[in-house]
Amino acid sequence: MQTHFTEAQLRDPDTSVANQILRTCVHCGMCTATCPTFVLLGDELDSPRGRIYLIKDMLETGRPASEEVVRHVDRCLSCLACMTTCPSGVNYMHLVDHARTYIEATYRRPVHDRALRAVLAAVLPRPALMRLTLKGAKLARPFARLLPRKGMFALRLRALLKLAPATVPPASPTEIPASHPALGTRRARVALLAGCAQQVLDPAINEATIRLLTRMGVEVVVAEGAGCCGAVTHHMGKHDPAMASAAANIAAWTRELEGPGLDAIIVNTSGCGTTVKDYGFMFRTAEPGLRAQAERVSALTLDISEYLTKIGYAPTRPAPGLTIAYHAACSLQHGQKVTAAPKTLLRTAGFTVKEPAEGHLCCGSAGTYNLMQPEIATRLRTRKLENIRATGADLIAAGNIGCMTQLAGDTMPVVHTIELLDWMAGGPAPEGIATHGA
Amino acid sequence: MIAQPAPKRDVMARRDIIVAGLGRLVPETGLIADPIRLKPYETDGLSAYRQTPMAVILPETTEQVAAIMAFCHREGVRVVPRGAGTSLSGGALPMEDSVVLGLMRMNRILEIDYADRCAVVQAGVTNIGITQAVQAEGFFYAPDPSSQLACMIGGNVNMNSGGAHCLRYGVTANNLLGLRIVTVEGDIIDIGGAHLDAAGYDWLGLLTGSEGQLAVVTEVTVRILRSPEGARAMLAAFSANEIAGACVDAIIGSGIIPVALEFMDRPAIHACEAFAHAGYPLDAEAMLIIEVEGSVAEQDYMLDRIRDICNRFDPVSLRVSQSAEESLAIWKGRKGAFGAVGRISPDYLCMDGTIPTSRLAEVLGRIGAMSAACGLQVANIFHAGDGNLHPLIMFDANDPTSFHKAETFGADILRLCVEVGGCLTGEHGVGVEKRDLMGVQFTDIELDQQRRVKSAFDPGWLLNPSKVFPLKPEPAAA
Ligand code: SF4
Ligand code: SF4
Repeated sequence: MQTHFTEAQLRDPDTSVANQILRTCVHCGMCTATCPTFVLLGDELDSPRGRIYLIKDMLETGRPASEEVVRHVDRCLSCLACMTTCPSGVNYMHLVDHARTYIEATYRRPVHDRALRAVLAAVLPRPALMRLTLKGAKLARPFARLLPRKGMFALRLRALLKLAPATVPPASPTEIPASHPALGTRRARVALLAGCAQQVLDPAINEATIRLLTRMGVEVVVAEGAGCCGAVTHHMGKHDPAMASAAANIAAWTRELEGPGLDAIIVNTSGCGTTVKDYGFMFRTAEPGLRAQAERVSALTLDISEYLTKIGYAPTRPAPGLTIAYHAACSLQHGQKVTAAPKTLLRTAGFTVKEPAEGHLCCGSAGTYNLMQPEIATRLRTRKLENIRATGADLIAAGNIGCMTQLAGDTMPVVHTIELLDWMAGGPAPEGIATHGA
Repeated sequence: MIAQPAPKRDVMARRDIIVAGLGRLVPETGLIADPIRLKPYETDGLSAYRQTPMAVILPETTEQVAAIMAFCHREGVRVVPRGAGTSLSGGALPMEDSVVLGLMRMNRILEIDYADRCAVVQAGVTNIGITQAVQAEGFFYAPDPSSQLACMIGGNVNMNSGGAHCLRYGVTANNLLGLRIVTVEGDIIDIGGAHLDAAGYDWLGLLTGSEGQLAVVTEVTVRILRSPEGARAMLAAFSANEIAGACVDAIIGSGIIPVALEFMDRPAIHACEAFAHAGYPLDAEAMLIIEVEGSVAEQDYMLDRIRDICNRFDPVSLRVSQSAEESLAIWKGRKGAFGAVGRISPDYLCMDGTIPTSRLAEVLGRIGAMSAACGLQVANIFHAGDGNLHPLIMFDANDPTSFHKAETFGADILRLCVEVGGCLTGEHGVGVEKRDLMGVQFTDIELDQQRRVKSAFDPGWLLNPSKVFPLKPEPAAA
């Protein structure tokens, strides 16, 4: 569609990219139908096309972000269902990322909003700090009922306390940078993004990943100096810390690449995978050396389900007679377009796999969204769980810790796909799974 | 930019009072009146035309719609109804002094009656949403416009939308049983219902395709049909448009009615393949998607006969889809065609006319010559079975001369459709886009007669008044 940027505006590389994206959009409106916030709120302004238009107007006029624009952009889950639907190939992700950075630079948020964002941006990427905070939150949970019933601030605090797990697992040895040698003949060497929040909330995921891969003859290295992928701060529009996290990972993996060598970089939290696969774009204006490194890292990055499909997975245990509701994380299905691999692997492992209705709709987790927008997130969670329950499955499998936390606490256990695959290939049964028949 | 009626000065002067009055009729989030948030509502699927409205209101019930209409009627405020905003003819283009009445919050399925094969849904339910609600029981809603994922049933009724499968199942008008409407004065009226024919005049027929000019549709009773046992699509590729056109004629002439018979020319094939990866024949000049349905034996019989006919026209390739996924991909390409053109061109105008199928090759030849003359590319998509042609004119909206050329080119194509015995609009409605061309198809007397129908429902011309008819200083009296 038509845009109205001046020559001078277009000389800014970020604006020029935004212009190209906007020019690809033909304003057809197909994307509105699959957008979770449009489905719930029924307002063009809470649809992808409406947000694109708000962002376009904000960037064209060059005025600072206003409360009105921020309200609707903040409600965006970055689930990227719109990108799956768009027939025109509009890169909404890059547009909204740019808008978030623009907002962060030009808009002054109310003080409690700013405080919450600062805390999340500081705590989530740092496992030790996060563990401490969760323990604190656990202690604070009984006081939740003292919070006022209404108001965004109280709602958010309540959401925060609710998400804190009842027991905080102790730190896992997989957190420490180390190389885990292949069992038997080594067929490949990969780096595993150990992540940040995930290893605090559920260290079993990395443990299962390492167990399964090493058993399959793959050496797994948790690289020294690698940490948070940067997604948490990136989605808040906090450009510099996000780039710093990404740069640290690029440096760490480049050392491995140029030293002992790497066949792939494995991510088992799809939210992070989407970001790591985008490093090449994030560093597009960096000096050529760093840009090339970032591109190489992105090109080597695979979701664990993609990698297992590539090297060939086979179970060793008999089928356990369990039915799984496969929850497709948005970052996996829309962000990375990985749709068939996890389901095929689970079927190969001997599970019956059911796909809930409205599988394209986000569960409401969306990184820190469930903390920032608790009302919409809760409605999406309820809707998702209803659809999942209707499958009649025994348990839920997902490939993203955010979704797992969001869907936990209902009637069905939630596990990571990799835990099930590891179990069927000789690993221990995931915690909380009734192992009848196995 | 398209001409609009002059804003009513008295309405503009009382803007704040009117906005405050509207605010009392819906929950707080249902009224939008600040300039920044109004902007995304300034246009619909035809984004070359834009005008920011005075306010947008998003009711949740028929009663709220009635209150809004009564209020606007009393205040003399113009109202532009809007569904999903996917109109390609600018049907939801606002006016400066208008209130946009958005029905997207009314998105509930109210009743499904499998025994009587009908469903009652609110106007803001998407077209595909109806099928999704009933498919588990083996039913579907037949009309399937390309935008069916997003477009809403209220808009379908107002534009009498069609779709690829209309060849077999008819357009919206043939699949409707009843409507709940709100009149311009704010009265709620039920028309038709879950039975076949209504007593008295055929109000349903009159309201279907009335482009939001006669009343606001809030609930729709549609017929749902038993899903066929199965369906299979076949791709037939040819070395020239003329040959493909002749093949269409031969298929229809043989008495076979496939459920869908779609034509795409070379640029359309390439654009859609890039999006859908359906294995379209990139070496062909023209392609037909032919779909048949029924039991496997029925499908095989029909496909065999169609294959025999196609073979008489020396096809470049013939391929029958082997699986449900393959059929899905074939249709994904066709249904995403308009957006897919967005990959090869920043903007397009999607024209919508009808022509006699026998003139297809000639019309495409002349469109090709026009395209060369004005220097704008065009991709042609054609519901070949029922003669509904969609040329997509590619242009660059950031270049004003390019847009002007595209508009002129489009108008020339539609004139050509009328000249060969076709008509100005197949299924997208007249909207603002074809408004000024109505004189090509109708005489002044005919147009005035139609204007009188509008005046009978809406004497003050408050409902979507800038559409369908060439602007005229004085509306004709009823
Ligand atoms: S589907 Fe794509 S092209 Fe259409 S409005 Fe949405 S983003 Fe734009
Ligand atoms: S990313 Fe998700 S929430 Fe955001 S606009 Fe796209 S579909 Fe809607």
